[in-house]
Amino acid sequence: MSSSDVSYSVHNSPAALQRLRKRKAKETRFRMYGRAAIGFAMLSLLWLILSLVSTGYSAFTQNFITLDITFEASVLDPKGENTPEALRRGDYQNIINTALQKRLLQTATQSNNRELLSLVSVSGAAQGLRNRLTQDPTLLGETLTIGVPTSDEVDQFLKGNIKKDTPEIRRKISNAQIIWVETLNKNGQIMSKFNTAFFTGTDSQDAELAGIAGAMIGSLMLLSIAFIIAVPIGIGAAIYLDEFAPKTRWTDMIEININNLAAVPSVIFGLLGLAFFLNFIGLPRSAPLVGGMVLALRAFPTITIATRGALRAVPPSITEGALSVGASHVQAVFHHKLPLAAPGILTGTIISMALILGETAPLLMIGMVAFMTEIPTSILEPATALPVQIFLWSDSAERAWTERTAAAVIILLCILMTMNAFAIWLRYRLEQRR
Amino acid sequence: MFSYILAILGVAIIGGFAFNRSVALRYTSALENTDMRFHSQSIYYGYLTAWSIAGIGGVICIAGLFLEPFLAKSIFNPLWLFTLILSCIGVTYVCNRLITPEFHARTYVERCIIGSLIALSTLAVLTTLGIIISLLFESLRFFNQVPISEFLFGTQWSPQTALRLDQAGQSGSFGAVSIFSGTLLIMILAMCIAGPIGLMIAIYLSEYASNPMRRIVKPLLEILAGIPPVVYGFFALMTVGPAIHAIADNLGVAASSQSALSAGLVLGLMIIPLVSSLSDDVINAVPQDLRDGSYALGATKSETMKTIIFTAALPGIIGAFLLAISRAIGETMIVVMAAGRAANLTANPFEAVTTVTVQIVTLLTGDQEFDSPKTLAAFSLGLVLFLLTLVLNMIALAIVRKYRERYN
Repeated sequence: MSSSDVSYSVHNSPAALQRLRKRKAKETRFRMYGRAAIGFAMLSLLWLILSLVSTGYSAFTQNFITLDITFEASVLDPKGENTPEALRRGDYQNIINTALQKRLLQTATQSNNRELLSLVSVSGAAQGLRNRLTQDPTLLGETLTIGVPTSDEVDQFLKGNIKKDTPEIRRKISNAQIIWVETLNKNGQIMSKFNTAFFTGTDSQDAELAGIAGAMIGSLMLLSIAFIIAVPIGIGAAIYLDEFAPKTRWTDMIEININNLAAVPSVIFGLLGLAFFLNFIGLPRSAPLVGGMVLALRAFPTITIATRGALRAVPPSITEGALSVGASHVQAVFHHKLPLAAPGILTGTIISMALILGETAPLLMIGMVAFMTEIPTSILEPATALPVQIFLWSDSAERAWTERTAAAVIILLCILMTMNAFAIWLRYRLEQRR
Repeated sequence: MFSYILAILGVAIIGGFAFNRSVALRYTSALENTDMRFHSQSIYYGYLTAWSIAGIGGVICIAGLFLEPFLAKSIFNPLWLFTLILSCIGVTYVCNRLITPEFHARTYVERCIIGSLIALSTLAVLTTLGIIISLLFESLRFFNQVPISEFLFGTQWSPQTALRLDQAGQSGSFGAVSIFSGTLLIMILAMCIAGPIGLMIAIYLSEYASNPMRRIVKPLLEILAGIPPVVYGFFALMTVGPAIHAIADNLGVAASSQSALSAGLVLGLMIIPLVSSLSDDVINAVPQDLRDGSYALGATKSETMKTIIFTAALPGIIGAFLLAISRAIGETMIVVMAAGRAANLTANPFEAVTTVTVQIVTLLTGDQEFDSPKTLAAFSLGLVLFLLTLVLNMIALAIVRKYRERYN
């Protein structure tokens, strides 16, 4: 070491400091990459949720036009029969039309009559009036003020999703209709109410009448069937493998099998359902029974893996203690080990049920994509499920459908998050107790 | 009818259980002041009755289900129900006779339990077997009509023309290369997103993040993992696709709104949590000694990470990536909704491509007849997909397991 740089050592020479700075910069950069990665994931999640909510929230309300509807006997029951069948056959479209004309001080001409009538959801409104009258036939001849649901185009216009300055050709609502709607709005004859049809209705041709009740019931059936089948298989296999199985080739194979099944693409389970349950056994197509069985096969490996984890987490001293006071092996497992593992098993079960609630592809394979306008009543009848309904609706490009699809997604996500949050809470409580 | 049978069986099981248990209890208490003791607790005599009724009733029901198609009239008539009830009572009677101090009821009950556990775990193997058999069987029928070499190496894919079997030269073409290339393209795009980002998240969470941050980020990642594919698909279709279309338009690149890029991006987003949680486990399994040794030599955290931990964890990370790749290949709904349906042999991510899973869905939804090569082709694609993911999973699980053994 020369005398001129006596104060420098290997650690604080300019070159060393330079190297150190570089290394520290590298460290900072690496840390930034990590933050950026987390930021990307979180921002994407935020983007996803925001785009869904901003598209879907408006589907939870629906606009209604208040009309003074006269249940004109001469129109609804021209022959004067006054039987439920006759009232059911009545021309409700006509009285809606009359009420609209009166409201807008319009006289019907051949050309604008259709435009006028398509302000409201004709089939939905007529159905509503029909139900009302058949329930209470004394209304015949009376005049009532009733909120009639607007058609999906008018609804979208009122929600601001269709802009007025779009050229008339490129929107489905005409200039005349816009003027009428604005008049009605100015007079306070349009009101926005909670969209109950969306929660009580089934799939429909008309967006303003479509609802998710049918799909929800279908999903509930699927989930119940899958639960009944998957839980015994999943837990039973786990108990056997962990507690009673001798270490042989066969049990090794079962184990590898289950781990593999958990990672097999879900669409493959659909193919199995199609080839085996539908074509070989001959069970009905589109039925929740078949869907539930396919989803059970998809779910049980997850339950098995979770159960094995939970069983392993129970300290061996528990089993040993039970055995030492004279319990048999089965008693030790079922009376002492299983209750302690129960919260973990429950967590795994809930997570696997959440997994199959969102599962779509296998259901497409077994034909659960039918257009269903009735709420399913039996597990052997065709039905649809909530995720499949989302898939079906997402095909339509119209704004009203996009809005409803997003709303259905929001509901699906809310259910899933409740299930997952419950599972996470359970696990958290479990960890606290240890 | 079926619900009646279930109800009868349920009542019989509970009734038989309660009856024989109470009988055994009575006998046990009668022997209280003598030297004799029952081998098993009274409840096991009840369990034995319940198991026997369930077993025999189940056999009778299944036999009835199998016999019904071969008989002229329906087997599920009142007479049959009567037989069922009678046999339940018979079983209860036989079990009742068995209630003696010498009879080892518990041993039999435990054998029943273990036997049914074995049966349940065998179902797992049967499921795999069912998948293999059904895929193989239908694929063989397909390869009878279309040569396997054409399927694996042909570049023309137009299954729709196969509807008209009677016309010569109209049997459709089933060259799946363009489908495989589309799958590969989307998989690569997805892994370009999920690989580095998932890995960096795992590294940051395990080495850098503070506890509160971990407590926030981990549940959010679980939410990301819990969102079903159909929702991601809708997101890709509604938001990401149009956004990419708009950006590409501004850049002067031609892009369709259904593009490999949007499907790949969203698919990558979906498998980020998978990569990060698997890598997190792997990184945490590296012994602390290795880190401490590296710090003692003066290495910074990132240097330790890059040179020591990454090297030590590499097999596990490769395993995690292989699992993620297998997930990306097998994912269906995102690509069905966002990637397009027409076969397209291209490496341009802005174009629409199709994948194996999309074709399976396209070929099998809608009207179908089961002998046309069009529907059978879906099973062959399914077989390819199954084998591919099976091999990937096997390798990945073996690597991960071996890696765990090394450090535990």
